[in-house]
Order: sequence, then C-alpha cells, then structure tokens
Amino acid sequence: MHDVHTETALDSAWSGGGSPFAMGSKKLGMWLFIVSDTLTFSALLVVYTYSRIMNPDWPKPFPMNPAIIFSTTMTVVLLASSLTMVMAVMASQRNDRKATVLWMIATMAGGLTFMGLHLREWFHLIEEGATITHNPWGTPLFGAVFFGVTGMHMTHVLIGVIYLGIVATGYGRGKFSAEDVEVNGLYWHFVDLVWMFVFPLIYLMSVKY
Amino acid sequence: MSTHAHAGEAHGASVGTNLAIWIGLVAITGLEVFLAYEELQPKVMLTILIGLSLVKAAMIMSYFMHLKFEKFSLVLWLIPAMIFCILVMMLVFFTEAFSSFPLMHH
Repeated sequence: MHDVHTETALDSAWSGGGSPFAMGSKKLGMWLFIVSDTLTFSALLVVYTYSRIMNPDWPKPFPMNPAIIFSTTMTVVLLASSLTMVMAVMASQRNDRKATVLWMIATMAGGLTFMGLHLREWFHLIEEGATITHNPWGTPLFGAVFFGVTGMHMTHVLIGVIYLGIVATGYGRGKFSAEDVEVNGLYWHFVDLVWMFVFPLIYLMSVKY
Repeated sequence: MSTHAHAGEAHGASVGTNLAIWIGLVAITGLEVFLAYEELQPKVMLTILIGLSLVKAAMIMSYFMHLKFEKFSLVLWLIPAMIFCILVMMLVFFTEAFSSFPLMHH
C-alpha cells in the first residue's frame, strides 16, 4: 500500500532516519502550506473585522433573498463537497480507484456549484453599483474588503477544482497514489474551513433586516 | 510489523462519524444564520461568530483532515505557532483599535 519512501517516514522517530511526524513528505508539505495560507487569510480577516467594527456606517447590502439564501446554500454545498472528499480518501485507501474518481468528480461538482452561485452573488452586487473603490451604501472600504476576501477564497476554490481534476485523472490512470488523493483532500478541506470564517464574518455580519 | 498496524488504523473515523460531524457543521451554520437575525451588537455578534467558526474549524481539522488521528507532535508543531502568529497580527490592531475608541464615541 505504501511505497518505500512513505514506509521509511512511518518508522519510529527513535529507530533512526524516521520522521517524527510519521508521515510522507508530501502530506507534511501540504500541512506547512496550509499553515502559511491560514496566516494569509487571517491577515485579510483581521483587517476586515477591524474595519467592520471601527466603521459605524459599514454597508449592510445582504437581504435574506437572494444573498443570505444563496450564501447559506453555498456553505452547505461546500460542506457537502468536503464529505464527498472524505469518501474519496476512504475509497483510495481501500484501493478502489473507480469509486475514488467518482467521489472526486462529485467533489469537483460541489466546487463548481459553489463558484457558480458565488459569481451570481457577485454580479448581483456589481449590478447594484458595488465596485472595489465605491458602493452606494456606505464606507467605500466595503468593496475592496468584500471582493478581496471572497475573491481570494474563490481563487482557492478554482485552484482546488483544477487540482482535483489533475489528481483524479492521474489516480484513475494509476499514476498517483492514495497519498496524493489524501494530500489533495487536505487542501480541499482547508478551502472549506476558510469559508467557515468568511461566510459568517462577511455575510452574516452585514445582513439587511 | 507494528508500524503497519499503526498505519492501518491511523486513517481516521468511520463513515458514520464523518456524517455526524457534517450534520453538526450544517447545524452550527443554521444557528449562525438564525443569530444573524437577532440584531445583536456588532461586537457581541462578532465574538459569537468567531467562537462558533473556531468550533467548526476544530471539527473539520480533527475529523475531515484527520489531525486527531495523526501523531500529536504534529499538532504541537503546527497549531501553537500558527496561533502565535495570528496573535501577533492582532496585537497591531488591538493597539490601534483601543486608541481609536474615544474617536468612535464622539
């Protein structure tokens, strides 16, 4: 199941030459990337929450219909795509290549649905007059923050969908291992995790009553 | 062979547990949307939402990213350093935020 390289990494730290974290270098590398990317998003969200609290005239442009219904649906879709990714990783560990690829395609479909709904949300706001530097409701900071944070997240979703496509194709053809699927899963769950902060902080803090 | 046994069982929770975690995540999301319509003070709302988001993040990392089933040394290596870095970022903003409070209440 594991190749020679992973086998060495799984040896005890005290038996010499092993990894203290008992995992392959790809997985460890992804964890390090996730920590650094967490700091990128943290910086954006810390700046956002600061601006949100310090500006009493922060715009509240999200009515129940469509913005909150859309963004809640997007959240559930993204969470569901995390569950299908869990199923893909489980299937890959059973060496069930067909099921793995199908679950990964389901995950990609979730990601694409999320992006479709999100872009509709974006165009809706743009039609109402929101741009990066200006909006009709209040402090002009809103546009920069909203499009900056959600755009950064959507870029991650897009990269995630492409990444899933590459790994699913390669794994289906026997070129990638179960570890590659698992590392891909870590990235996808991270994108989901970030949205768990973006959705409440950006949308639910600016609900139009 | 003990390493093999460990590698075999290191791969996390059952489908049922993952499904339960997913239902929990959707339920917390529902609670957040409900709270959004309670018209709370922004600072109170922000605190509650960040708290709930941290719970969701912990659930995703522990089960979906199976950090719970990795060696604990990995958690010790990654998480405290990350929290420290985020706190350093916050430090800058807290100083700024407190100095601006008198301006806000004019």
